[in-house]
Amino acid sequence: MAKAYTPGLKVAAHSTYRSRRLLPIKGEVLVRVGDLVNPSTPVARTYLEGEATPMKLANLLGAQPRELPSLMLKPVGSRVANGEPIARSKGIFGMMKTEVKSTAEGTIESISETTGMAIIRGEPIPVQVDGYVAGSVVEVIEGEGVVVEAQAAVVQGIFGVSGEASGPIKVVCAAPTEVCDTDHIDASCKGCVVVGGARMTAAAIKKAKAVGAAALVSGGLDDSDLRDFLGYDLGVAITGTEKTGLTVIVTEGFGDIAMADRTFHLLKGLEGRLASVNGATQIRAGVMRPEIVVPLDDAGVAAAKAAMAARLAASVAHEEGSLEIGVFVRIIRDPHFGVIGTVAALPEAPAVLGSGSKARVLDVKLSDGTIVTIPRANVELIEG
Amino acid sequence: MVAPEQHAGHLENASAADSAHAPGPAAGAIKIVVATDCGSTTTKAILIQEVDGVFRQTHRGEAPTTVEEPFADVTVGVTNSVTELEELSGRRLINPDGTILRRTSPTDPNGCDIYISTSSAGGGLQMMVAGVVRQMTAESAKRAALGAGAIVMDTIASNDKRRPHEQIQRIRELRPDMVLLSGGTDGGDTKKVTELAELIAPAKPRPRFGGEYSMPIIFAGNKDAAPGVRKVFQHGGFDLSVVDNLRPSLENENLGPARDRIHDVFLEHVMAHAPGYDKLMRWSNAPIMPTPGAVGDILQAIARGRNINAIGVDIGGATTDVFSVFGPHFNRTVSANLGMSYSISNVCAEAGMANILRWVHLTQMDERELRNRVKNKMIRPTTIPQSLEALIFEQAVAREALRLAYIQHREFATNLKGVQQQRTVGDTFAQKQGGSSIVDSLALDLLVASGGVLSHAPRMEQTAMMLVDAFEPEGFTELAKDSIFMMPHLGVLASVHERAAMEVFERDCLIYMGTCIAPAGTAVWGKPVAKYSIDGVGQGTLLGGEMKRFALAGDARARAEIAPEKGLDVGAGPGKPVTREIRGGTVGLILDGRGRPLVLPSTREECRTAMDSWVKALDLYPS
Repeated sequence: MAKAYTPGLKVAAHSTYRSRRLLPIKGEVLVRVGDLVNPSTPVARTYLEGEATPMKLANLLGAQPRELPSLMLKPVGSRVANGEPIARSKGIFGMMKTEVKSTAEGTIESISETTGMAIIRGEPIPVQVDGYVAGSVVEVIEGEGVVVEAQAAVVQGIFGVSGEASGPIKVVCAAPTEVCDTDHIDASCKGCVVVGGARMTAAAIKKAKAVGAAALVSGGLDDSDLRDFLGYDLGVAITGTEKTGLTVIVTEGFGDIAMADRTFHLLKGLEGRLASVNGATQIRAGVMRPEIVVPLDDAGVAAAKAAMAARLAASVAHEEGSLEIGVFVRIIRDPHFGVIGTVAALPEAPAVLGSGSKARVLDVKLSDGTIVTIPRANVELIEG
Repeated sequence: MVAPEQHAGHLENASAADSAHAPGPAAGAIKIVVATDCGSTTTKAILIQEVDGVFRQTHRGEAPTTVEEPFADVTVGVTNSVTELEELSGRRLINPDGTILRRTSPTDPNGCDIYISTSSAGGGLQMMVAGVVRQMTAESAKRAALGAGAIVMDTIASNDKRRPHEQIQRIRELRPDMVLLSGGTDGGDTKKVTELAELIAPAKPRPRFGGEYSMPIIFAGNKDAAPGVRKVFQHGGFDLSVVDNLRPSLENENLGPARDRIHDVFLEHVMAHAPGYDKLMRWSNAPIMPTPGAVGDILQAIARGRNINAIGVDIGGATTDVFSVFGPHFNRTVSANLGMSYSISNVCAEAGMANILRWVHLTQMDERELRNRVKNKMIRPTTIPQSLEALIFEQAVAREALRLAYIQHREFATNLKGVQQQRTVGDTFAQKQGGSSIVDSLALDLLVASGGVLSHAPRMEQTAMMLVDAFEPEGFTELAKDSIFMMPHLGVLASVHERAAMEVFERDCLIYMGTCIAPAGTAVWGKPVAKYSIDGVGQGTLLGGEMKRFALAGDARARAEIAPEKGLDVGAGPGKPVTREIRGGTVGLILDGRGRPLVLPSTREECRTAMDSWVKALDLYPS
């Protein structure tokens, strides 16, 4: 019998975190194995080919394409400045010559006798990759980049916008059930990874951005507030490239929903430490979730390991990713959306749901002792 | 006049790519077939066996697709799904090394005769197409790419209103698997298409998989421009192949050679670089086809076999594919961001919440909560509706996704544009413009549904109603659904054993839901729109705005006589009666008196009340 896996989001007090820091095309690696890096350390660099500007020179000169090479003032491979004359017509009896000036700065890459078009290639565009997380280089991928490793606490969110950022953790809500609003955000949040509790309001996001926070993390977010923040309605969950000036990470989902207790208390315990965050989310092939990575020192690692061992002893041992009785799950669809409980039973036979569909289900025991029956597709494991 | 697409079967059209596959036995010796479809999330395997001289699908198995890490080998998922077939059928199908077991003799109780597969894993086949004129060669190029099963990421044309540097920037951003370049009719101008090549070359598009391999470019334009195009692409890491012009003249489209080359390049480059596909290609007895390409092939085979017009729709989590066969014309469109999970939020954004709520008959619906619910489905796409209310809302969203995808399809599936037409005074008003839609709802005979929200609806009536509301079929239309999404498997099977594919399609693949009869034209609500007399059902009057359903079980056929009111049409012309045989099914006969095009009441309350009456008439949901 095939095993059913129900992947969940990672909430780990300690994990060996690895990040592949790769260039988009081949280039130069700037660090060596064993080097220590911090989030802003450049680790690799390359140059993308400059922008190509096409110019229909033959048309502009009123000449035939095949005549173009003889009308060029500079040959292929020459550098030209923006506004510099690059081609001139023969004119009539040497008079009334037409001159064409380059519309871009760069190098003349090609001249076509078929179409009369020239391509001006702009300056190479430098691209640099930084370390992202404080850790050590454990692998160099020649010409491509490096792998940075850190002993860290790792929390995966469910959804985020905007890319990488870093800063010290600052927890602004007293409880995971507290809505994160403007009262919680002030000037002291500048440069910080601000951690709220339950839903973050539109006003809180706006204020966090205004005071210069690096990121805002909370349990939930209203769809309409996301739309206000982005300025458009997000259709497909592929994010990370937004230029919003603030990375936003939601740990649980959309709507009024409290941050999971474990996530909140883990982040609370890490207050003041330097965190690296990335809001990039991609739900389709090659799933990517937003993350909060907090590198730990030796003492931090020891404390985290002890806490995890204690938790493990108190819970049921299970294979990672496997749905078993006793493990913690989060219900991820209404009518019990966001509620956390433990698996109480895993009936073999499919059951008829309220919708009339037939599906395999499980029983979940909630914190108040109530047992609810939920389709297996509607729960996720809380991994750590 | 458009030339029918010349699509050669893959085995007849042997190429370098085909040699990667194990040769299979002759069609007459094939009795047992294992077929898989490697989807983005699930690999589905079916076992087809000849039983009493007829091919039947006997077992099915599925397992998660394993293209992504930690497995990064598609064959792991294939082996797992076929293992499930093994367990269910009691027939050993897997060798100890995990490969597919073949029979050693006709009496061998284990193994199969051939193994075949389709694939859409890893995002399927993604292409960029280019042509000189957007409405002509660029559109033909798009049709060729879509027909081959590709997702078209962008269409670049000389007149697409983008400036050349903007086009170059766009090409740089895309990471297609290959580029199809067309332009110019044979013997015509060569300059414009060469200019396009000169825009693509400096942009240096990078392939999606394996940055190290050369970007495949297929040139299917003016044959006189080929030498110039070759010169442009000779440096810079391109792999150019030149095939026959896909638009040799304005009046003719010749998509076959371009489509075949797309399939070859798909196998040689894209599949060969996807994890585990080199192995899978060696296991398979026929070239691996892109899933939508295979679905299109089987739908064409069926429509032509039965001499009918057909539409197929596959609504997935991210995209909705619509296929149509009207006479000699085959068209396929992919609505890239109309889907029920990954793209559900985009459906709501495009359709608007008010349009979605038109299909909801419940009273208490909080819009803020619905919006959050949509976003939660987007970020956790594998969840299923647990409550009836959630199901009703999801099916309302599906109607809008299907409706929008169908609009896009109708706009794309047109006669060739740019064809000069000779007219006489007499046909000035009757003759259609070039570029008018080929899709004619009144001439549609069969509408086939597949995809989660349609296939897994708890009641067949729900599936039928979603189709009727979204596609607005006119006149007489049979409704069916693909029982277990078997059309891809049968599409590739048809290329090696057409009879087997046809037999399984009719017996096991399609579940007929019945027939919808809907007079086209404006219906005055509450006033008669048609009189009906149906054998075994009775006779009566259908009123405007009314829906009726009559049981007509299984494969039962009945004679139906429909006499529409003046101005309304069921196929013979306005006001003219039609008598014909209709097919029954799991739902039976649906009489739809709402008129076409379908115009719903403008206020939310009136609309809700009307929807409530249709829900009751068709017994859509438990009361």
